[in-house]
Amino acid sequence: MDQSFRGRIFTLYNLLQVQFGGIIFNNPVIAASGTFSTDYEQHFDLSKLGGICSKGLTLHPKTGNKGIRIWETSSGIMNSIGLENKGLELFVKQDLPVLRTIQNKGVRIIVNISGSSRDEYVKLAALLSEEKVDMIELNISCPNVKEGGMLFGRTSRITRELVREVRSVTKIPLLVKLSPNADNIVEIAQCCEEEGADGLSLVNTFPAMVVDVERRRPIFDNVYAGLSGPAIKPIALRMVHEVCQRVNIPVMGIGGICNGRDALEFIMVGATCIQVGTANFIDPSSCQQIVTELYNYLKNEGISSLEEIRGIIK
Amino acid sequence: MARVIFNQQIDNHIYHIKIAGKYKGSMGQFYMLRGWDSYHPILGRPFSIFNLTSQSISFLYKVIGEGTHLLSKLKENDDIRLFGPYGRGFPQAKGKVVLIGGGMGLAPLYFAAQELIKNNSVESIHIYLGFKEKAILVDYFKKVSHKLIIDVGGLISQKVIVDNYDYVFACGPEEMLQAIVKQKKSEKTNIFISLERRMGCGLGACLSCTCQTREGNKLTCKDGPVFPGEDIYFV
Repeated sequence: MDQSFRGRIFTLYNLLQVQFGGIIFNNPVIAASGTFSTDYEQHFDLSKLGGICSKGLTLHPKTGNKGIRIWETSSGIMNSIGLENKGLELFVKQDLPVLRTIQNKGVRIIVNISGSSRDEYVKLAALLSEEKVDMIELNISCPNVKEGGMLFGRTSRITRELVREVRSVTKIPLLVKLSPNADNIVEIAQCCEEEGADGLSLVNTFPAMVVDVERRRPIFDNVYAGLSGPAIKPIALRMVHEVCQRVNIPVMGIGGICNGRDALEFIMVGATCIQVGTANFIDPSSCQQIVTELYNYLKNEGISSLEEIRGIIK
Repeated sequence: MARVIFNQQIDNHIYHIKIAGKYKGSMGQFYMLRGWDSYHPILGRPFSIFNLTSQSISFLYKVIGEGTHLLSKLKENDDIRLFGPYGRGFPQAKGKVVLIGGGMGLAPLYFAAQELIKNNSVESIHIYLGFKEKAILVDYFKKVSHKLIIDVGGLISQKVIVDNYDYVFACGPEEMLQAIVKQKKSEKTNIFISLERRMGCGLGACLSCTCQTREGNKLTCKDGPVFPGEDIYFV
């Protein structure tokens, strides 16, 4: 690496640096859970990312859903993976060491956890607290599992109890990932804040459906699947706006962000960080490109920090 | 961004696209292609490498849905984006090798045959190609094989005796792959099959292309697309 390049990365970091829940991120661009793997390292320079959310982790391994798992729709994709993952033990043994090498380059590691019972979330959070991870993202919004998942993020009473218990067993900064399918997303967000969550990420995918007309049945074995991508961006943006107006903890905006402009929209309605999901499938270097585009925006507008435009839309 | 050198229709719905540039790749690996700027379709399309030279890369595809339809509209000098090479391809082979392709499954085999010849470690290369209605690219495969068997309308898996070979590389419909694996009796025959699954990212992140193997779930894009034949539970 030549000196000028190194210097450029340094300034890029400084301008875009953000604080979120007591943690400094080199930039606000984070790869969303389930859309990024450490294999990207072989093809792209991951050190430019602000952070990486790991794929939804459960206590024990899960084989995931049967049948079709991904389907394209107008400007979006639907997925029904069903939280396939290797379980905590293998994650710690196999994946975490690789994630640490990326963490050593200044990229924040967020571990996304999911459970089919309150007990499972609590155990996961407690066990992960012994590992060197930067943040835990509590997934109470997965639409693709029959037990748990989104059920924990639908009503404020259940969310409140879950966040309270998880909070009591971990000191690691806690992020709660909200479902767009919540009865009242603002109320749920406020519950998370009251129970000590350090931040919120929203939104997860929208429960959605597609029918195979020839065979006269749903495409997905689970009937419903989660919709993501540019198709959901305007709705996600409205939800992030609503929540940002009503809570004091920082928010990571998620929903169809594909470029720097999309990211700026979320920041202008109040998001501190943004997560990029579907765009990683369109172009695996999307996150890096968004970082560059945000940097260029600040330079061109003569703005010294994202703080100047954050939440500018009331 | 890369440039299309040509995008030729070689048969009904079947195209051969050649793209300028210096690309990497080993036999059986694939690239994700995007020949459009919009989000519709949102995902790139995975195609295994058909041919690779020092100045170009080419792929074969059949127009099936919107993605391949848009690809087929590309003209000389149009822009296209490629991501790759992804996946784990065919291993280096020794001794007698047979390549078996069913329909569009022939695509990775032309490149594989060239690589095997270059590698110099194989005794002979036999190629068996099966087609539903009409044979294509016969001249290409003639040049890279010691023996070429073409079948139209039948089952190519019944024409070949896999136990006669040290290595079998196969790509095509799942029924064909299954029949090939089933046929094997000899311990010394190594069968490698290239699978096709609905893919999202191509890089092992989205977990859409899971296939069931004797060692549990594997990802077609990252652990494959080429797997030892006996490892796969066919769908």
